[in-house]
Amino acid sequence: MALMRVTSPHAHNRQTTGQVMQLVLLATLPGVLALTFAFGWGTLVNILLAVIFAIALEASALKLRKRPIKFYLNDYTAIVTAVLLAIALPPYSSWWIILVGIFFSIIVAKQLYGGLGYNPFNPAMVGYVALLISFPVAMTSWPAPIYLTPDELSIPNPINALLIALTIIEQPIIDGFTMATPLDLVRQNDALMIEDLINEYPQFGRWSGYGWEWVNLGFLVGGIFLLQRKIFTWHTPVSMLLAILIMSALFYDGGSSASAGSPLFHLLGGATMFGAWFIATDPVSSAASNKGRVIYGAGIGLLTFIIRKWGNYPDAVAFAVLLMNFSAPLIDHYTQTKPYGHNTQKKS
Amino acid sequence: MRKIWDIHGGVHPNENKTQSLGEPIVLSAIPPYLYVPLSQHIGAPAQPIVKIGDNVLKGQTIASANAAISVPVHAPSSGIIFAIENKSVPHPSGIDDMCIVIKTDGLDQWRERNTNKDFSQLSGDELLSIIRNAGIAGMGGAGFPTAIKLKGKNNKPIDTLIINGTECEPYITADHSLMLENADDIAMGLAILAKIIKPKTILFGIEDNKMDAVNGIEVALEKIDFSAYSDHAIDVEVVSFPTKYPSGGEKQLIQILTGKQVPSHGLPADIGIVCHNIGTAVAIQDAVCLDHPLISRVTTVTGEAVSQPRNYHVLIGTPVSFLLEQSQYRADVSNRLIMGGPMMGFALNDASVPIIKTSNCVLAPTETELPSPPPAQACIRCGMCAEACPASLLPQQLYWFSQGKELEKLEQHNIADCIECGACSYVCPSNIPLVQYYRASKTDIKQREVDHHNAELAKRRFDTRQDRLLRLEQEKIAAKEARQTARKNSNKTDKHVSLTSTASNDSAASSKSTEDRDATIKAAIKRAQEKKSASAATNEDPVARAQAKREAQLEQDQADPEAKLTRAVENAQQRLEKLHIKFSEAKKNNDKNITIIETGLEKAQAKLISSQQALDDHQKISFTNDKA
Ligand code: SF4
Ligand code: SF4
Repeated sequence: MALMRVTSPHAHNRQTTGQVMQLVLLATLPGVLALTFAFGWGTLVNILLAVIFAIALEASALKLRKRPIKFYLNDYTAIVTAVLLAIALPPYSSWWIILVGIFFSIIVAKQLYGGLGYNPFNPAMVGYVALLISFPVAMTSWPAPIYLTPDELSIPNPINALLIALTIIEQPIIDGFTMATPLDLVRQNDALMIEDLINEYPQFGRWSGYGWEWVNLGFLVGGIFLLQRKIFTWHTPVSMLLAILIMSALFYDGGSSASAGSPLFHLLGGATMFGAWFIATDPVSSAASNKGRVIYGAGIGLLTFIIRKWGNYPDAVAFAVLLMNFSAPLIDHYTQTKPYGHNTQKKS
Repeated sequence: MRKIWDIHGGVHPNENKTQSLGEPIVLSAIPPYLYVPLSQHIGAPAQPIVKIGDNVLKGQTIASANAAISVPVHAPSSGIIFAIENKSVPHPSGIDDMCIVIKTDGLDQWRERNTNKDFSQLSGDELLSIIRNAGIAGMGGAGFPTAIKLKGKNNKPIDTLIINGTECEPYITADHSLMLENADDIAMGLAILAKIIKPKTILFGIEDNKMDAVNGIEVALEKIDFSAYSDHAIDVEVVSFPTKYPSGGEKQLIQILTGKQVPSHGLPADIGIVCHNIGTAVAIQDAVCLDHPLISRVTTVTGEAVSQPRNYHVLIGTPVSFLLEQSQYRADVSNRLIMGGPMMGFALNDASVPIIKTSNCVLAPTETELPSPPPAQACIRCGMCAEACPASLLPQQLYWFSQGKELEKLEQHNIADCIECGACSYVCPSNIPLVQYYRASKTDIKQREVDHHNAELAKRRFDTRQDRLLRLEQEKIAAKEARQTARKNSNKTDKHVSLTSTASNDSAASSKSTEDRDATIKAAIKRAQEKKSASAATNEDPVARAQAKREAQLEQDQADPEAKLTRAVENAQQRLEKLHIKFSEAKKNNDKNITIIETGLEKAQAKLISSQQALDDHQKISFTNDKA
């Protein structure tokens, strides 16, 4: 009788990393749908191209590193990274922008560091920031919400959206196809009261920007789903959101011309919810203990707000996350858990 | 109702307990041969007191406990001693160990028994010696000798006695069925424990998936007036709490029932608590009231690869394969055999190993039931392991440092507090065998401690030796001078006198505290040297020379036991080094004998540790003596 020798435990709850990642993908759905409704097919095209590039690059990197390709692709992490990056990019991004972004995400940020689990930085955000620095113009031109586009007919259909991304046809250059985002407007504003600013520009929508509020709510729903499925703990996202809430309340300034915008505007604006539930929660590059994650999340929230208010970039989540990735090992060092038996005084 | 505390983490694996609870406990048949290991407990192995060919009766002592921490072993059935030899035994490393093999005669004839129904007349010490002589060791986990645990330490009074009826491991129902069928015996065992320990509170902890047992135990306990066994009132309570793995870990159960935590590196006794297992309570009542030593236990046989999962009253020493046959084991569908449960049990590589005092379960799963682990993926630091860890550790960090062999970091992250429960591996989505890494790291840390210790000792030994040599040299010079002066004075007869006097003067000048000892050592060395040179001069025969050397050595040893112990350590070290080299060679060549060498290695390590200990103890004693 051939008996196998395996060490304990012999039982497993049968949840695999691949399944965890699939759940994450599923959870992006509400947000992605909201993005598509608000800004057109561009986001979906982004995702399609990004996923294809990611799989191709990941597979070739694994091949070069002589690792089993199928085994590692099965963990779905490359696809998750691709989807997250694609969501962060402006819709209708050109294919080469996406390719460069994926290259930085998968090859530079992940495989060069030794693959999954060894990357100190969030791969999607590395890709995003690399693009932002290299192609600032392309990266900051968001299309206007469909609802506000003057000529409904100029909205690309799915085929055209794909052709635009493949640079086979040009983006419609009609006026108003792209538009400053509400976050840009608030940062650049130094003359108008917030009230007036909102009245002036239609893209402010109800709370935080037309379309943006629904996008954020979509990601919030997805995040809560993951939380409920115990994919991550509440510590990082909640502390990040709290930090943003507190900071924006402190600097709301009653809505004067120097105001940074209302707390609701910040919570439901830009990439806040996406960042809180899908980027900051990336476990590999975050802090390990729950206490550490509170600090880590709060740090991201704080930096996000600071960069939004005083920085020079359209949104700040990516920079905030990368900066906190830097500090994660330090946070880990100072926030070890207190194990069983260490809070009793009577040491033998 | 008592307040119940929660423990951090924990997991909820499928319980799979009903399968083996379908029928009452069955009496296992007597196998033709019983293989009774001499070491079924923590501590020194028992020493055989029977010879091959001896007839033995059921319950007769066949190996006695000669060390401080040890328990005797008894014949589980009547028969004839067939062999005393190395056999494979249930051990995670799959090693062989000494077993007494009994060829049973099928009569199952008891030795004479002294039934003592009324234990209340016996003193605590008498009860303890009955328990010790009955060979009882903790039947839940590691098998620590029960009498020693019960004796405790005088300076640490026990006010809470906890009975562990948790049985949180999936599949196992040995304790559960005992509670259902032998509630009165358990209660009686508890009364005996109460008489010995005299606690203020007795807490009987049972998970809430066994409410039938809770009720039965409550009824049985009500029949006994525990306070009658003590000079103060004893509070007895059965506490049920939510089912969660690993609530049955001793430390975890203590926290659930009392809210207290056993200090790290400490014992429950440090916070006035002692924990005993159901099986142990029954064994104690059997020993005290029926004069039955611990020769059988209840073992669950379960898993989809057996057609008849159930519990057995099984004789210690019964081969696992014999037990499996009675449950219609289907070897063709079984993917492995596990001794213990699916969370902490270990895989057997040989079904002929015997059931021992700590064997609570034999699990024979199919591949669909407990699939072989898929290859591990990278750690994504998802933290699920940390959420599950009952010891509140950070398993992902421990894993990281284990990979990098960063022993210091591992210690900082308190790897010592890991109870190897496997909850972390259970939840890890990347299927990393985390516990395996921790076990390896713990071994590395232990090894490093030994190495460190050795280096320290070597340095100390070197220093003392240097001192000794220096002193010897000085003495020689002094003696020479003395001789010269003596010659000058041409006073030949006084030579010896002056020699001794210089020597003693010299030693008087040396440190006062060690004066006496040094003097004896010196005298011995001198005598030894004289003998050596004498024999060398008179006899060129190498054998005689070696003998003389040995004699000299012996004499020296008597005067200086430290040197002897030091030599023992050195020898052990040398042996260990040689084995290490052999081992790495064997590893390189994929040698078949690698397991044998590994065993040897383990033994050599143990030897080194014990000799080190002896030396340490000696040094400590002589140090305190010096001080005094
Ligand atoms: S559960 Fe596994 S993958 Fe997740 S952090 Fe722990 S070791 Fe890493
Ligand atoms: S095996 Fe150790 S590290 Fe893993 S969960 Fe149990 S106590 Fe924690």
